[in-house]
Amino acid sequence: MDLEETAVKARAFSYFRAATLDQALDAHARAGDDARFIAGGQSLVPALSLRLQAPRLLIDITHIDELRGVRREGGHLRIGALTRHCEMLSEPLIAEFAPLLHAAAPFVAHPAIRNRGTFGGSVALADPASEFPAMTLALDAEIEIAGPSGRRRVKADNFFIDLFETALQPGELITAIYVPLFRADQRFAFDELARRRGDYALVGCGMLATFAGERIHDIRISYLSVGNTPTRVRGAEATLIGQRLDAERIAAAQGALEGDLAPPESDEVPPAMRLHLARVLLGRLLGRLGEAA
Amino acid sequence: MTAPLTSLDRPNSYIGRSVPRPNAKRLLAGRGRYVSDLRLPRMLYAAFLRSPHAHAKIVAIKTGDACAREGVHLVATGADLAKICTPWTGTLDHFKGMTSAPQWPLPVDRVVWAGQAVVAVVAESRAIAEDALELIEVDYEDLPVVVDLGVAREAGGALVNSGSVDNTCFRSQLDNGTVDDAFAHAAHVVEEEFTFGRHTAVTLEPRAIVADYDPSAGTLTVHHGTQTPYQFQDLYSRHYNIPEARVRVIATDIGGSFGMKLHVYHEDMAVVGLSILLGRPVKYVADRMESFVSDIHARDHRVRARMALDGKGEILAMDVEDLTAIGAFSTYPRTSVVEGNQVIRLMGAPYRFKNYRATLEVIFQNKVQTSQYRAVGHPIACAVTERLVDMAAAKLGLDPFAIRAQNVIPDDAYPQTSPTGYRFEALSHQACLKRLHEIMDYDGLRAEQAGLRKRGIHRGIGIATFVEITNPSPAFYGVGGARISSQDGAILSLTPSGEVRCLISVTEQGQGTEAIISQIVADQLGLAQEHVKVITGDTEVTPHGGATWACRGAGIGGETALQATRALKRNILEIAALILQERPSALDIVDGQVVDAATQNERMPISEIARIAYFRSDTLPPGTQAQLTVSHHFAPQGYPFAFTNGIQGCSLEVDVETGLIKLLKHFIVEDCGRVINPMLVDEQLRGGIVQGLGAALFEECRYSDTGQLVNGSLADYLVPMPMEMPDIVIAHVETPTADTELGAKGVGEAGTAAASACVLNAVNDALAPLGATINSIPITPMKVLTALKRF
Repeated sequence: MDLEETAVKARAFSYFRAATLDQALDAHARAGDDARFIAGGQSLVPALSLRLQAPRLLIDITHIDELRGVRREGGHLRIGALTRHCEMLSEPLIAEFAPLLHAAAPFVAHPAIRNRGTFGGSVALADPASEFPAMTLALDAEIEIAGPSGRRRVKADNFFIDLFETALQPGELITAIYVPLFRADQRFAFDELARRRGDYALVGCGMLATFAGERIHDIRISYLSVGNTPTRVRGAEATLIGQRLDAERIAAAQGALEGDLAPPESDEVPPAMRLHLARVLLGRLLGRLGEAA
Repeated sequence: MTAPLTSLDRPNSYIGRSVPRPNAKRLLAGRGRYVSDLRLPRMLYAAFLRSPHAHAKIVAIKTGDACAREGVHLVATGADLAKICTPWTGTLDHFKGMTSAPQWPLPVDRVVWAGQAVVAVVAESRAIAEDALELIEVDYEDLPVVVDLGVAREAGGALVNSGSVDNTCFRSQLDNGTVDDAFAHAAHVVEEEFTFGRHTAVTLEPRAIVADYDPSAGTLTVHHGTQTPYQFQDLYSRHYNIPEARVRVIATDIGGSFGMKLHVYHEDMAVVGLSILLGRPVKYVADRMESFVSDIHARDHRVRARMALDGKGEILAMDVEDLTAIGAFSTYPRTSVVEGNQVIRLMGAPYRFKNYRATLEVIFQNKVQTSQYRAVGHPIACAVTERLVDMAAAKLGLDPFAIRAQNVIPDDAYPQTSPTGYRFEALSHQACLKRLHEIMDYDGLRAEQAGLRKRGIHRGIGIATFVEITNPSPAFYGVGGARISSQDGAILSLTPSGEVRCLISVTEQGQGTEAIISQIVADQLGLAQEHVKVITGDTEVTPHGGATWACRGAGIGGETALQATRALKRNILEIAALILQERPSALDIVDGQVVDAATQNERMPISEIARIAYFRSDTLPPGTQAQLTVSHHFAPQGYPFAFTNGIQGCSLEVDVETGLIKLLKHFIVEDCGRVINPMLVDEQLRGGIVQGLGAALFEECRYSDTGQLVNGSLADYLVPMPMEMPDIVIAHVETPTADTELGAKGVGEAGTAAASACVLNAVNDALAPLGATINSIPITPMKVLTALKRF
């Protein structure tokens, strides 16, 4: 295939394959703002083909070793930004220490996309309908960022700002995501409601709870597909902390969602319907959390 | 009813055998010859600038910068192409009073839907052409947009075509029997208003065309991903004023069509003109986003219908009003009113009542055109009829099977005429109902449903009878003045080695046309199937015919092949008789050998006859001229259509908290007459059912108030996917048509005809205890939750 083929629809761009992080950052700096990092390309390539994005330079970061690998570091699991969605299913460390990600992974698109798409890329794009960005909130993850002015770590709670807008500054990229290790006193649950398997969910939700005996000591609940960003529901969380998971508590948490969520207008899923679905899903997941004892 | 045994039922017959498709391996091996993959020397690529407005006047088009871009060979507007292409109008004479505005390859003064192609760029690559599109400026002046069907009908409202009285394309009315009287005296009347969303075909391979005009010879060759090469040969010849014999249309492998690729598209017509202007091959392949805004859509009906019954549940009458919106033009050359016409004519088709009234109103609006797509009109007629039958059954306390058994035309009562005037040769509703009841384990499903309901699990069971139109005669298009053939032609040759080459006018779109034709030829000649080569889809090679649409390939194409093969066999046996000094009637051909008809003793291989005829004609008696190539045409006669019938059933579960529906199992009993290849028939049924299930639950082209398609991508437009599809159980009843020797009828649309009706009935069955009803397709979670008042 060459450029004469009919399938090429993107505007012409230059391509640079970075071998190191410094090379990637340097290339971006030299291109001004007119560059994009590319890893799995599962969102960027369609955007290029649709000419929604047309950078002069694509910087391929998939050969940077530093962005790879999953390993324990102290109380955290360090998940390299290039970790592919399919590895969330196959990597034993993730199944053991970040089981919520393992549970959410089968809901991420389809196998062909999971084979290429990367964890870091998904979090960096911050699609509010994506599973992984929302799960970084539930997991209280920290996002490690490298850029022209050095490295920093940002709490997931402070990372997602608005629709496709994050704490990432121009020229910065995600190097890894740090997830606190899953503990024996914790329980998790994930599910989503979608019309077809692998579709963008009508509503999705994941939660991680720490129990003190039968009472919830701490819980973080995060939704996808409910607004402009992945969304933690602090009001619902507050109704559960210190409580036993009974029908009354679950109903209270469901009731609190109205204050937590303000779903957008949509012709297929009106706000009231999405709120209803969020309640149904919360009820089902908290029910499962209770059964998991 | 089961077919009487004939020569087609021999134990070693190819008819009725699940032989694999000869072309399947080639396609799986990546050796398909799709137009999308075609590259010709000196070929250029076209791209189209599309209208962002649903309705606007074109004030000015500035193309200077685009023309100047390196690699661009031509930028053409509507005015440029109008100089060489005559306009077309999507009307037919037998639809009295219908109107539609003239159409050109690209608009000359006005755009009428968002996504309409406005300017063409031809360049050395598609990417360069796309770059150049960004350099074109078009000044538009907004015109009032007509989007909603209801608004389009309001008096004094905005008009799609200024100067017309209103937005009406066509009206039609049927009134048989004494409808008012029947309703006045009915013990029960059920009534409902239904809506059916717009959806579209979503073929795996989008529309693709390579037009190659050779000015030195004055010839036009078009490689076209289409079902109907002969129709396009005629149209390109007429509209570009090129003699028909100098226009060649080649339709080789095609990645799905479903009726979508037999209409004239503006881009396709433009590409032919661009090639004429440039004298070079020009290629255009629609991308997926372009397909959504330019492929024909289908359905989009609002139906109000009522049914009258007596106290015992006998259907007395139906009264139907169908409103349908078709976009800004009626399509060419088949029009956009056939679907509505079939909706009002297929209503109530399985049943024996006689009082029927219907009105049809076809309306223009500023959207892409709708037109014929798999099971034209059938799903709407079936869903409306079958839902009313279920509503009546509920009202009378009858089981859905019982009310149908009571009302269908009995199997022994044929020939019959439907309440709408269709003539039925022989159908098998009673046999199909009985068989479906068995294969569904209907009583078991009902018992399971009752048990689960107590646990808050809401299962639904639905059934839907249907009648399908197949094997159309000239009554379909020809009588309306369309140059669309209802006959087919075949040319059969015995090769010098004793094999057979069959050139036939029916086309292959992946459904196995070539497989069944080779089965019929092999069977009728007495030859192994691998010694038959079937060639389709090239107007320079294959004889003129209707090609493949409206479920005519097996019934009409198959009969053409059968009759042609019998003619060739006669000629072969004539030569064999001369050589063997026998009477031709004393000889037969079995497995490539001429045999004694009585004893089956082998006399000589047909390869020997071919050798002698081709190379040693001197050894034949003087005056003998062996005719080992025959050509034969077959036009259907007798009934204007070969109707088929069947019944579908399904079981599903509704999550009443989320509105999501899980399809558990689907069943069909189908009667397409003689089954030539059971495997291919079953896969046609499965594929058709899946398309019907897509319509039932997922597929809908949604528009904004300003006429923008809001879900024109595969992320947002939901096609049925394997994870959501149930197992499909298939059974057959065989009632061959007596109008042909072969007895085959069509089967390609049967699955789509009733699948959505079945789901509609099953969802309503599930929701019945909760007091909720659904009357709209697709059945989305929002519609279910709204019906249940859950938010």
